Amino acid sequence: MTSFRTLFVLAVVALSAGLGPALAQAQEGNPEKIEIGLSTDLIAITADFSGADLTIFGALDNADPLINRQGRYDVIVVLEGPARPVVVRRKDRVFGVWMNTVSETFVNVPVSYAVATTRQMQDITDANNYRQLSLGAENLYVEPLDRTEAPATIEEFTRALRDRKKASGLYNERIGGVQFLSQNLFRATVSLAPNIPVGTHKARAFLFRNGVFLMETSAPLAIVKSGFEQWVYRSSIDYGLPYGIFAVALAMLTGWLGRIVFRRD
Amino acid sequence: MGIYLPIAEMSVNILVLLAMGAAVGFLSGMFGVGGGFLITPLLIFYNIPPAIAVATGANQVIASSFSGALAHFKRGTLDVKLGTVLLLGGIAGSSIGAYVFALLRRLGQLDLFISIFYVVFLGIVGGLMLVESVNAIRKARGGTTQPIKKSGQHNWIHRLPLKMRFRTSKLFVSVIPVIGIGVGIGFLAAIMGVGGGFIMVPALIYLLKVPTNVVVGTSLFQIIFTAAFTTIVHSTANQTVDVILAFLLMVGGVAGAQYGAKVGQRLRGEQLRALLALLVLAVALRLAFDLFVPPQNFYSLTSLGAS
Repeated sequence: MTSFRTLFVLAVVALSAGLGPALAQAQEGNPEKIEIGLSTDLIAITADFSGADLTIFGALDNADPLINRQGRYDVIVVLEGPARPVVVRRKDRVFGVWMNTVSETFVNVPVSYAVATTRQMQDITDANNYRQLSLGAENLYVEPLDRTEAPATIEEFTRALRDRKKASGLYNERIGGVQFLSQNLFRATVSLAPNIPVGTHKARAFLFRNGVFLMETSAPLAIVKSGFEQWVYRSSIDYGLPYGIFAVALAMLTGWLGRIVFRRD
Repeated sequence: MGIYLPIAEMSVNILVLLAMGAAVGFLSGMFGVGGGFLITPLLIFYNIPPAIAVATGANQVIASSFSGALAHFKRGTLDVKLGTVLLLGGIAGSSIGAYVFALLRRLGQLDLFISIFYVVFLGIVGGLMLVESVNAIRKARGGTTQPIKKSGQHNWIHRLPLKMRFRTSKLFVSVIPVIGIGVGIGFLAAIMGVGGGFIMVPALIYLLKVPTNVVVGTSLFQIIFTAAFTTIVHSTANQTVDVILAFLLMVGGVAGAQYGAKVGQRLRGEQLRALLALLVLAVALRLAFDLFVPPQNFYSLTSLGAS
Protein backbone atom coordinates (compact mmCIF):
# COMPACT_ATOMS: atom_id res chain seq x y z
CA MET A 1 0.00 0.00 0.00
CA THR A 2 2.86 2.31 0.69
CA SER A 3 4.41 1.60 -2.67
CA PHE A 4 4.88 4.47 -5.00
CA ARG A 5 2.18 4.51 -7.58
CA THR A 6 2.66 5.95 -10.97
CA LEU A 7 -0.05 8.09 -12.39
CA PHE A 8 0.13 8.28 -16.11
CA VAL A 9 -1.21 11.37 -17.64
CA LEU A 10 -1.35 10.14 -21.15
CA ALA A 11 0.06 12.05 -23.95
CA VAL A 12 -1.89 13.75 -26.59
CA VAL A 13 1.00 14.09 -28.91
CA ALA A 14 0.39 16.25 -31.88
CA LEU A 15 2.63 14.91 -34.55
CA SER A 16 2.65 17.66 -37.06
CA ALA A 17 3.92 17.41 -40.60
CA GLY A 18 7.22 18.95 -39.65
CA LEU A 19 8.14 15.88 -37.62
CA GLY A 20 8.25 13.51 -40.54
CA PRO A 21 11.63 12.25 -41.72
CA ALA A 22 10.92 13.66 -45.19
CA LEU A 23 11.35 17.20 -43.91
CA ALA A 24 14.81 16.86 -42.51
CA GLN A 25 15.46 20.49 -41.82
CA ALA A 26 13.72 22.97 -39.64
CA GLN A 27 12.41 25.85 -41.63
CA GLU A 28 13.61 29.33 -40.81
CA GLY A 29 10.07 30.63 -40.60
CA ASN A 30 8.96 27.65 -38.53
CA PRO A 31 10.40 28.07 -35.06
CA GLU A 32 10.65 25.16 -32.66
CA LYS A 33 7.60 24.52 -30.52
CA ILE A 34 6.87 22.23 -27.62
CA GLU A 35 3.54 20.94 -26.60
CA ILE A 36 2.42 18.96 -23.63
CA GLY A 37 -0.95 17.36 -23.38
CA LEU A 38 -2.65 15.89 -20.38
CA SER A 39 -5.24 13.24 -20.98
CA THR A 40 -6.81 14.05 -17.65
CA ASP A 41 -7.14 17.39 -15.95
CA LEU A 42 -7.89 15.89 -12.56
CA ILE A 43 -6.03 13.67 -10.11
CA ALA A 44 -7.84 12.35 -7.06
CA ILE A 45 -5.94 11.71 -3.84
CA THR A 46 -7.31 8.55 -2.25
CA ALA A 47 -7.03 7.25 1.32
CA ASP A 48 -3.89 5.24 0.56
CA PHE A 49 -2.09 8.09 -1.21
CA SER A 50 1.55 8.21 -0.19
CA GLY A 51 3.06 10.23 -2.98
CA ALA A 52 3.23 9.35 -6.65
CA ASP A 53 5.12 9.90 -9.84
CA LEU A 54 3.34 11.89 -12.49
CA THR A 55 4.36 11.25 -16.09
CA ILE A 56 3.73 13.92 -18.68
CA PHE A 57 4.39 13.32 -22.37
CA GLY A 58 5.22 16.06 -24.79
CA ALA A 59 6.39 16.75 -28.29
CA LEU A 60 9.01 19.00 -29.82
CA ASP A 61 7.96 20.35 -33.21
CA ASN A 62 10.10 21.79 -35.99
CA ALA A 63 13.27 20.61 -34.32
CA ASP A 64 16.54 21.17 -36.11
CA PRO A 65 17.87 17.61 -36.56
CA LEU A 66 21.49 18.71 -36.30
CA ILE A 67 21.01 20.41 -32.93
CA ASN A 68 18.81 17.54 -31.88
CA ARG A 69 21.57 15.02 -32.66
CA GLN A 70 24.02 17.05 -30.63
CA GLY A 71 21.53 16.94 -27.78
CA ARG A 72 21.40 20.70 -27.48
CA TYR A 73 17.66 20.88 -26.94
CA ASP A 74 16.75 20.98 -23.29
CA VAL A 75 13.35 20.76 -21.66
CA ILE A 76 12.43 21.67 -18.10
CA VAL A 77 9.02 20.58 -16.87
CA VAL A 78 7.55 22.07 -13.71
CA LEU A 79 4.43 21.07 -11.82
CA GLU A 80 3.58 24.16 -9.86
CA GLY A 81 0.99 24.22 -7.08
CA PRO A 82 -1.44 27.07 -6.42
CA ALA A 83 0.11 30.20 -4.93
CA ARG A 84 -0.76 31.04 -1.34
CA PRO A 85 0.45 33.58 1.17
CA VAL A 86 2.96 32.07 3.58
CA VAL A 87 4.37 33.36 6.85
CA VAL A 88 7.99 32.39 7.55
CA ARG A 89 8.85 32.64 11.25
CA ARG A 90 12.21 32.52 12.93
CA LYS A 91 12.79 31.14 16.42
CA ASP A 92 15.11 32.99 18.74
CA ARG A 93 16.10 32.45 22.31
CA VAL A 94 14.04 34.62 24.67
CA PHE A 95 14.74 34.10 28.39
CA GLY A 96 16.21 30.71 27.55
CA VAL A 97 13.12 29.57 25.67
CA TRP A 98 13.07 29.16 21.92
CA MET A 99 10.11 31.06 20.53
CA ASN A 100 8.98 32.58 17.25
CA THR A 101 10.06 36.19 17.09
CA VAL A 102 10.66 37.67 13.66
CA SER A 103 8.42 36.81 10.73
CA GLU A 104 8.12 37.68 7.08
CA THR A 105 5.04 37.18 4.91
CA PHE A 106 5.29 36.25 1.27
CA VAL A 107 2.18 36.76 -0.83
CA ASN A 108 2.55 34.35 -3.77
CA VAL A 109 4.34 31.20 -2.73
CA PRO A 110 3.50 28.10 -4.80
CA VAL A 111 2.55 25.45 -2.28
CA SER A 112 4.46 22.85 -4.26
CA TYR A 113 7.06 23.01 -7.00
CA ALA A 114 8.25 19.81 -8.68
CA VAL A 115 10.88 20.14 -11.39
CA ALA A 116 12.12 17.61 -13.98
CA THR A 117 14.97 18.47 -16.33
CA THR A 118 16.93 16.88 -19.15
CA ARG A 119 20.21 17.52 -17.31
CA GLN A 120 21.73 19.53 -14.43
CA MET A 121 20.05 22.93 -14.19
CA GLN A 122 23.31 24.85 -14.44
CA ASP A 123 24.23 23.02 -17.64
CA ILE A 124 21.05 24.13 -19.40
CA THR A 125 21.32 27.88 -19.08
CA ASP A 126 22.72 30.48 -16.68
CA ALA A 127 21.31 31.75 -13.42
CA ASN A 128 20.38 35.07 -14.98
CA ASN A 129 17.99 33.39 -17.39
CA TYR A 130 16.49 31.34 -14.61
CA ARG A 131 15.90 34.43 -12.55
CA GLN A 132 14.23 36.21 -15.45
CA LEU A 133 11.98 33.22 -16.03
CA SER A 134 11.47 32.77 -12.27
CA LEU A 135 12.28 29.13 -12.96
CA GLY A 136 13.61 26.52 -10.52
CA ALA A 137 13.21 26.41 -6.74
CA GLU A 138 16.41 28.45 -6.31
CA ASN A 139 15.33 31.21 -8.66
CA LEU A 140 11.62 31.27 -8.09
CA TYR A 141 10.51 34.80 -7.29
CA VAL A 142 8.48 35.13 -4.10
CA GLU A 143 7.05 38.52 -3.34
CA PRO A 144 7.35 39.83 0.22
CA LEU A 145 4.27 41.54 1.64
CA ASP A 146 6.39 44.30 3.13
CA ARG A 147 8.76 45.40 0.39
CA THR A 148 10.35 48.07 2.52
CA GLU A 149 12.04 45.38 4.61
CA ALA A 150 15.83 45.29 4.48
CA PRO A 151 17.02 43.25 1.46
CA ALA A 152 19.21 41.10 3.71
CA THR A 153 16.19 40.11 5.83
CA ILE A 154 14.08 39.31 2.79
CA GLU A 155 16.98 37.28 1.39
CA GLU A 156 17.35 35.38 4.67
CA PHE A 157 13.65 34.51 4.88
CA THR A 158 13.41 33.65 1.18
CA ARG A 159 16.27 31.20 1.63
CA ALA A 160 14.60 29.74 4.73
CA LEU A 161 11.33 29.40 2.83
CA ARG A 162 13.02 27.42 0.03
CA ASP A 163 14.92 25.25 2.51
CA ARG A 164 11.82 24.35 4.49
CA LYS A 165 9.81 23.65 1.33
CA LYS A 166 12.60 21.41 0.02
CA ALA A 167 12.88 19.61 3.36
CA SER A 168 9.14 18.90 3.31
CA GLY A 169 9.50 17.37 -0.18
CA LEU A 170 7.04 19.85 -1.67
CA TYR A 171 9.82 21.50 -3.66
CA ASN A 172 11.75 18.80 -5.44
CA GLU A 173 13.94 18.36 -8.48
CA ARG A 174 14.57 15.41 -10.77
CA ILE A 175 17.69 15.75 -12.84
CA GLY A 176 17.22 13.60 -15.93
CA GLY A 177 13.48 13.41 -15.22
CA VAL A 178 12.85 14.55 -18.79
CA GLN A 179 13.93 12.04 -21.42
CA PHE A 180 13.68 12.19 -25.18
CA LEU A 181 12.08 8.97 -26.37
CA SER A 182 12.67 9.84 -30.00
CA GLN A 183 13.83 12.92 -31.86
CA ASN A 184 10.58 14.66 -31.10
CA LEU A 185 8.83 12.89 -28.29
CA PHE A 186 9.77 13.40 -24.66
CA ARG A 187 8.58 12.07 -21.36
CA ALA A 188 8.80 13.99 -18.08
CA THR A 189 8.42 12.42 -14.67
CA VAL A 190 7.75 14.72 -11.71
CA SER A 191 7.30 13.68 -8.08
CA LEU A 192 4.07 14.36 -6.23
CA ALA A 193 4.90 14.61 -2.53
CA PRO A 194 2.70 12.64 -0.06
CA ASN A 195 1.66 15.97 1.44
CA ILE A 196 0.87 17.63 -1.90
CA PRO A 197 -1.89 20.17 -1.36
CA VAL A 198 -5.09 20.08 -3.32
CA GLY A 199 -5.99 22.81 -5.78
CA THR A 200 -5.34 23.78 -9.37
CA HIS A 201 -1.77 22.95 -10.26
CA LYS A 202 -0.06 23.98 -13.46
CA ALA A 203 2.19 21.80 -15.58
CA ARG A 204 4.66 24.05 -17.41
CA ALA A 205 7.27 23.06 -19.98
CA PHE A 206 10.21 25.28 -20.95
CA LEU A 207 12.23 24.71 -24.12
CA PHE A 208 15.89 25.76 -24.48
CA ARG A 209 18.20 25.51 -27.49
CA ASN A 210 21.90 25.89 -26.81
CA GLY A 211 21.10 27.58 -23.53
CA VAL A 212 18.69 30.06 -25.12
CA PHE A 213 15.11 30.10 -23.90
CA LEU A 214 12.71 29.54 -26.78
CA MET A 215 9.22 29.06 -25.43
CA GLU A 216 6.99 27.94 -22.62
CA THR A 217 3.74 26.05 -22.66
CA SER A 218 1.44 25.03 -19.87
CA ALA A 219 -1.58 22.95 -18.99
CA PRO A 220 -3.73 23.01 -15.85
CA LEU A 221 -4.10 19.99 -13.59
CA ALA A 222 -6.53 19.86 -10.70
CA ILE A 223 -5.51 17.78 -7.71
CA VAL A 224 -8.45 16.96 -5.50
CA LYS A 225 -9.15 14.68 -2.61
CA SER A 226 -11.08 11.65 -3.74
CA GLY A 227 -14.76 11.21 -2.93
CA PHE A 228 -14.72 10.39 0.77
CA GLU A 229 -11.71 12.46 1.82
CA GLN A 230 -13.02 15.43 -0.15
CA TRP A 231 -16.43 15.01 1.43
CA VAL A 232 -14.97 14.97 4.95
CA TYR A 233 -12.77 17.96 4.18
CA ARG A 234 -15.58 20.03 2.63
CA SER A 235 -17.95 19.16 5.50
CA SER A 236 -15.41 20.33 8.06
CA ILE A 237 -15.10 23.67 6.26
CA ASP A 238 -18.69 24.25 5.13
CA TYR A 239 -20.58 22.66 8.01
CA GLY A 240 -18.30 23.18 11.01
CA LEU A 241 -21.04 22.83 13.63
CA PRO A 242 -22.75 19.64 12.35
CA TYR A 243 -19.29 18.20 11.66
CA GLY A 244 -18.28 18.84 15.27
CA ILE A 245 -21.50 17.33 16.60
CA PHE A 246 -20.94 14.30 14.37
CA ALA A 247 -17.38 13.93 15.69
CA VAL A 248 -18.73 13.99 19.26
CA ALA A 249 -21.47 11.45 18.49
CA LEU A 250 -18.95 9.17 16.79
CA ALA A 251 -16.69 9.35 19.85
CA MET A 252 -19.56 8.47 22.21
CA LEU A 253 -20.68 5.59 20.01
CA THR A 254 -17.12 4.27 19.81
CA GLY A 255 -16.74 4.56 23.58
CA TRP A 256 -20.00 2.72 24.18
CA LEU A 257 -19.32 -0.04 21.61
CA GLY A 258 -15.75 -0.36 22.82
CA ARG A 259 -17.02 -1.07 26.28
CA ILE A 260 -19.40 -3.75 25.08
CA VAL A 261 -16.84 -5.40 22.80
CA PHE A 262 -13.71 -5.24 24.93
CA ARG A 263 -15.30 -5.31 28.36
CA ARG A 264 -12.98 -6.85 30.95
CA ASP A 265 -14.59 -6.08 34.30
CA MET B 1 -0.44 0.68 5.90
CA GLY B 2 -0.90 4.31 5.01
CA ILE B 3 -4.00 6.42 5.33
CA TYR B 4 -4.54 9.96 4.17
CA LEU B 5 -5.89 12.34 6.79
CA PRO B 6 -8.28 14.78 5.09
CA ILE B 7 -7.91 17.65 7.59
CA ALA B 8 -4.25 17.28 8.54
CA GLU B 9 -3.60 16.78 4.78
CA MET B 10 -0.95 14.16 5.26
CA SER B 11 -0.38 10.45 4.95
CA VAL B 12 0.18 8.52 8.16
CA ASN B 13 0.54 4.89 9.16
CA ILE B 14 -2.74 3.34 10.39
CA LEU B 15 -0.97 0.82 12.62
CA VAL B 16 1.09 3.50 14.35
CA LEU B 17 -2.10 5.42 15.19
CA LEU B 18 -3.95 2.33 16.43
CA ALA B 19 -0.96 1.35 18.56
CA MET B 20 -0.65 4.89 19.89
CA GLY B 21 -4.35 4.88 20.80
CA ALA B 22 -4.11 1.45 22.42
CA ALA B 23 -1.02 2.36 24.49
CA VAL B 24 -2.59 5.57 25.74
CA GLY B 25 -5.92 3.82 26.30
CA PHE B 26 -4.16 1.14 28.35
CA LEU B 27 -2.52 3.76 30.57
CA SER B 28 -5.70 5.82 30.87
CA GLY B 29 -7.70 2.75 31.86
CA MET B 30 -5.05 1.80 34.38
CA PHE B 31 -4.87 5.23 36.00
CA GLY B 32 -8.47 6.35 35.48
CA VAL B 33 -7.61 9.46 33.45
CA GLY B 34 -8.75 10.46 29.96
CA GLY B 35 -5.30 10.22 28.43
CA GLY B 36 -5.54 13.50 26.51
CA PHE B 37 -2.34 14.75 28.13
CA LEU B 38 -0.51 11.83 26.47
CA ILE B 39 -2.24 11.69 23.11
CA THR B 40 -1.82 15.34 22.14
CA PRO B 41 1.99 15.46 22.72
CA LEU B 42 2.34 12.08 20.99
CA LEU B 43 0.52 13.42 17.94
CA ILE B 44 2.76 16.48 17.94
CA PHE B 45 5.86 14.26 18.10
CA TYR B 46 4.37 12.37 15.15
CA ASN B 47 4.39 15.64 13.16
CA ILE B 48 0.66 16.28 13.24
CA PRO B 49 0.26 20.09 13.29
CA PRO B 50 -0.27 21.17 16.96
CA ALA B 51 -3.59 22.93 16.22
CA ILE B 52 -5.01 19.69 14.77
CA ALA B 53 -3.43 17.55 17.49
CA VAL B 54 -5.16 19.62 20.19
CA ALA B 55 -8.64 19.65 18.63
CA THR B 56 -8.47 15.98 17.63
CA GLY B 57 -7.10 15.02 21.06
CA ALA B 58 -10.19 16.58 22.65
CA ASN B 59 -12.40 14.54 20.33
CA GLN B 60 -10.54 11.33 21.21
CA VAL B 61 -10.89 12.00 24.94
CA ILE B 62 -14.70 11.88 24.64
CA ALA B 63 -14.63 8.21 23.65
CA SER B 64 -12.49 7.02 26.54
CA SER B 65 -14.26 9.20 29.14
CA PHE B 66 -17.69 8.11 27.89
CA SER B 67 -16.66 4.49 28.15
CA GLY B 68 -15.30 5.03 31.67
CA ALA B 69 -18.20 7.20 32.87
CA LEU B 70 -20.70 4.51 31.84
CA ALA B 71 -18.98 2.02 34.12
CA HIS B 72 -19.00 4.47 37.04
CA PHE B 73 -22.62 5.43 36.42
CA LYS B 74 -23.66 1.77 36.70
CA ARG B 75 -21.70 1.42 39.93
CA GLY B 76 -23.29 4.59 41.30
CA THR B 77 -19.94 6.32 41.77
CA LEU B 78 -20.89 9.33 39.68
CA ASP B 79 -22.23 12.57 41.17
CA VAL B 80 -24.36 13.96 38.32
CA LYS B 81 -25.23 17.16 40.20
CA LEU B 82 -21.61 17.99 41.07
CA GLY B 83 -20.59 17.11 37.53
CA THR B 84 -23.25 19.42 36.08
CA VAL B 85 -22.14 22.40 38.17
CA LEU B 86 -18.51 21.74 37.20
CA LEU B 87 -19.69 21.56 33.62
CA LEU B 88 -21.32 25.01 33.69
CA GLY B 89 -17.93 26.44 34.58
CA GLY B 90 -16.27 24.15 32.05
CA ILE B 91 -18.28 25.49 29.14
CA ALA B 92 -17.45 29.09 30.02
CA GLY B 93 -13.76 28.22 30.39
CA SER B 94 -13.69 26.28 27.15
CA SER B 95 -15.19 29.22 25.22
CA ILE B 96 -12.53 31.56 26.58
CA GLY B 97 -9.87 28.95 25.82
CA ALA B 98 -10.95 28.51 22.20
CA TYR B 99 -10.85 32.28 21.71
CA VAL B 100 -7.34 32.52 23.20
CA PHE B 101 -6.36 29.52 21.05
CA ALA B 102 -7.39 31.30 17.83
CA LEU B 103 -5.64 34.48 18.97
CA LEU B 104 -2.35 32.68 19.72
CA ARG B 105 -2.58 30.88 16.40
CA ARG B 106 -2.84 34.19 14.56
CA LEU B 107 0.16 35.53 16.47
CA GLY B 108 2.23 32.45 15.63
CA GLN B 109 2.74 31.62 19.31
CA LEU B 110 0.28 28.75 19.63
CA ASP B 111 2.87 25.95 19.57
CA LEU B 112 4.93 27.72 22.22
CA PHE B 113 1.98 28.20 24.57
CA ILE B 114 0.76 24.64 24.13
CA SER B 115 4.24 23.45 25.15
CA ILE B 116 4.48 25.87 28.07
CA PHE B 117 1.04 24.88 29.40
CA TYR B 118 1.99 21.24 29.18
CA VAL B 119 5.35 21.69 30.87
CA VAL B 120 3.93 23.83 33.69
CA PHE B 121 0.81 21.81 34.48
CA LEU B 122 2.23 18.36 33.94
CA GLY B 123 5.33 19.39 35.90
CA ILE B 124 3.33 20.65 38.89
CA VAL B 125 0.81 17.83 38.97
CA GLY B 126 3.42 15.15 38.32
CA GLY B 127 5.77 16.55 40.95
CA LEU B 128 3.12 16.87 43.66
CA MET B 129 1.74 13.44 42.94
CA LEU B 130 5.19 11.86 43.02
CA VAL B 131 6.01 13.40 46.41
CA GLU B 132 2.65 12.38 47.83
CA SER B 133 2.78 8.81 46.55
CA VAL B 134 6.41 8.22 47.56
CA ASN B 135 5.53 9.38 51.08
CA ALA B 136 2.56 7.06 51.10
CA ILE B 137 4.71 4.12 49.95
CA ARG B 138 7.29 4.90 52.68
CA LYS B 139 4.61 5.07 55.33
CA ALA B 140 3.12 1.80 54.12
CA ARG B 141 6.57 0.19 54.37
CA GLY B 142 7.05 1.67 57.84
CA GLY B 143 3.87 -0.06 58.91
CA THR B 144 1.96 3.08 59.88
CA THR B 145 -1.25 3.59 58.00
CA GLN B 146 -1.98 7.07 56.72
CA PRO B 147 -4.89 8.66 58.56
CA ILE B 148 -7.83 8.91 56.19
CA LYS B 149 -9.13 12.41 55.84
CA LYS B 150 -12.68 12.71 57.08
CA SER B 151 -15.27 14.49 54.98
CA GLY B 152 -16.00 16.64 58.02
CA GLN B 153 -12.64 18.43 57.79
CA HIS B 154 -12.98 22.02 56.62
CA ASN B 155 -10.75 24.63 55.05
CA TRP B 156 -11.33 28.20 53.83
CA ILE B 157 -13.09 26.93 50.72
CA HIS B 158 -15.87 25.58 52.90
CA ARG B 159 -16.56 29.02 54.39
CA LEU B 160 -17.57 30.61 51.04
CA PRO B 161 -21.22 31.58 50.47
CA LEU B 162 -23.79 30.12 47.99
CA LYS B 163 -23.68 26.66 49.47
CA MET B 164 -25.22 23.70 47.70
CA ARG B 165 -25.77 20.10 48.75
CA PHE B 166 -24.31 17.26 46.65
CA ARG B 167 -25.82 14.04 47.95
CA THR B 168 -23.76 11.39 46.14
CA SER B 169 -20.54 13.09 47.24
CA LYS B 170 -21.88 13.76 50.76
CA LEU B 171 -20.84 17.38 50.37
CA PHE B 172 -22.30 20.74 51.42
CA VAL B 173 -20.11 23.30 49.74
CA SER B 174 -20.19 26.71 48.02
CA VAL B 175 -20.67 26.60 44.24
CA ILE B 176 -17.97 29.28 43.72
CA PRO B 177 -14.93 26.96 43.94
CA VAL B 178 -16.81 24.25 42.03
CA ILE B 179 -17.52 26.59 39.11
CA GLY B 180 -14.00 28.02 39.40
CA ILE B 181 -12.44 24.58 38.99
CA GLY B 182 -14.77 23.99 36.04
CA VAL B 183 -13.70 27.22 34.33
CA GLY B 184 -10.01 26.42 34.79
CA ILE B 185 -10.35 22.88 33.46
CA GLY B 186 -12.45 24.05 30.49
CA PHE B 187 -9.83 26.66 29.60
CA LEU B 188 -7.02 24.09 29.73
CA ALA B 189 -9.12 21.60 27.76
CA ALA B 190 -9.48 24.04 24.88
CA ILE B 191 -5.81 25.04 24.77
CA MET B 192 -4.19 21.73 25.58
CA GLY B 193 -6.66 19.31 23.97
CA VAL B 194 -7.07 17.43 27.21
CA GLY B 195 -10.08 16.51 29.29
CA GLY B 196 -8.27 17.82 32.36
CA GLY B 197 -8.69 14.71 34.49
CA PHE B 198 -5.12 14.88 35.71
CA ILE B 199 -5.90 18.28 37.28
CA MET B 200 -9.55 17.69 38.10
CA VAL B 201 -8.94 14.55 40.18
CA PRO B 202 -6.46 16.14 42.63
CA ALA B 203 -8.53 19.37 42.72
CA LEU B 204 -11.69 17.50 43.72
CA ILE B 205 -9.88 15.40 46.30
CA TYR B 206 -7.70 18.03 47.95
CA LEU B 207 -9.71 21.25 47.48
CA LEU B 208 -13.33 20.09 47.72
CA LYS B 209 -12.71 16.88 49.74
CA VAL B 210 -14.90 14.82 47.44
CA PRO B 211 -14.73 11.12 48.42
CA THR B 212 -12.12 9.40 46.26
CA ASN B 213 -14.48 6.73 44.91
CA VAL B 214 -16.81 9.37 43.44
CA VAL B 215 -14.01 11.55 42.05
CA VAL B 216 -12.99 9.56 38.98
CA GLY B 217 -16.55 8.94 37.76
CA THR B 218 -17.61 12.56 38.29
CA SER B 219 -14.46 13.84 36.65
CA LEU B 220 -15.01 11.58 33.63
CA PHE B 221 -18.65 12.69 33.39
CA GLN B 222 -17.64 16.33 33.34
CA ILE B 223 -14.82 15.67 30.88
CA ILE B 224 -17.18 14.10 28.32
CA PHE B 225 -19.09 17.35 28.05
CA THR B 226 -16.14 19.72 28.29
CA ALA B 227 -14.30 17.73 25.60
CA ALA B 228 -17.46 17.55 23.48
CA PHE B 229 -17.94 21.29 23.77
CA THR B 230 -14.24 21.89 22.99
CA THR B 231 -14.48 19.64 19.93
CA ILE B 232 -17.51 21.49 18.61
CA VAL B 233 -15.99 24.91 19.28
CA HIS B 234 -12.74 23.95 17.52
CA SER B 235 -14.53 22.43 14.55
CA THR B 236 -16.69 25.54 14.19
CA ALA B 237 -14.06 28.20 14.80
CA ASN B 238 -10.81 26.61 13.61
CA GLN B 239 -11.81 23.59 11.46
CA THR B 240 -9.03 21.59 13.07
CA VAL B 241 -10.83 18.38 14.10
CA ASP B 242 -9.65 15.45 11.97
CA VAL B 243 -12.39 12.90 12.42
CA ILE B 244 -10.46 10.09 10.67
CA LEU B 245 -7.45 10.62 12.93
CA ALA B 246 -9.67 10.81 16.01
CA PHE B 247 -11.55 7.64 15.06
CA LEU B 248 -8.36 5.58 14.66
CA LEU B 249 -7.13 6.78 18.05
CA MET B 250 -10.48 6.05 19.69
CA VAL B 251 -10.66 2.49 18.39
CA GLY B 252 -7.20 1.73 19.77
CA GLY B 253 -8.01 3.73 22.89
CA VAL B 254 -11.24 2.08 24.01
CA ALA B 255 -9.76 -1.38 23.44
CA GLY B 256 -6.60 -0.57 25.41
CA ALA B 257 -8.57 1.10 28.22
CA GLN B 258 -10.50 -2.06 29.16
CA TYR B 259 -7.28 -4.07 29.55
CA GLY B 260 -5.57 -1.21 31.39
CA ALA B 261 -8.43 -1.02 33.88
CA LYS B 262 -7.98 -4.68 34.68
CA VAL B 263 -4.25 -4.32 35.30
CA GLY B 264 -4.90 -1.19 37.34
CA GLN B 265 -7.13 -3.08 39.76
CA ARG B 266 -4.23 -5.36 40.69
CA LEU B 267 -1.83 -2.54 41.56
CA ARG B 268 -1.84 -0.74 44.91
CA GLY B 269 -3.17 2.82 44.92
CA GLU B 270 0.05 4.59 45.91
CA GLN B 271 2.11 2.51 43.48
CA LEU B 272 -0.33 3.41 40.74
CA ARG B 273 -0.10 7.10 41.62
CA ALA B 274 3.71 6.99 41.70
CA LEU B 275 3.79 5.39 38.25
CA LEU B 276 1.33 7.91 36.85
CA ALA B 277 3.41 10.73 38.38
CA LEU B 278 6.55 9.42 36.67
CA LEU B 279 4.69 9.19 33.37
CA VAL B 280 3.35 12.72 33.67
CA LEU B 281 6.81 14.05 34.59
CA ALA B 282 8.39 12.22 31.64
CA VAL B 283 6.00 13.92 29.19
CA ALA B 284 6.66 17.29 30.84
CA LEU B 285 10.43 16.83 30.63
CA ARG B 286 10.27 15.76 27.00
CA LEU B 287 8.32 18.91 26.13
CA ALA B 288 10.56 21.12 28.25
CA PHE B 289 13.55 19.69 26.41
CA ASP B 290 12.12 21.03 23.12
CA LEU B 291 11.56 24.46 24.66
CA PHE B 292 15.12 24.91 25.91
CA VAL B 293 17.25 23.02 23.44
CA PRO B 294 18.13 24.84 20.21
CA PRO B 295 15.64 23.62 17.57
CA GLN B 296 16.77 21.70 14.52
CA ASN B 297 15.10 24.25 12.33
CA PHE B 298 15.00 27.87 13.32
CA TYR B 299 12.46 28.65 10.63
CA SER B 300 8.92 27.44 10.24
CA LEU B 301 6.26 28.04 7.59
CA THR B 302 2.59 28.75 8.07
CA SER B 303 0.32 28.78 5.07
CA LEU B 304 -2.37 31.42 5.37
CA GLY B 305 -4.85 29.51 3.22
CA ALA B 306 -6.19 30.52 -0.15
CA SER B 307 -5.71 34.19 -0.91
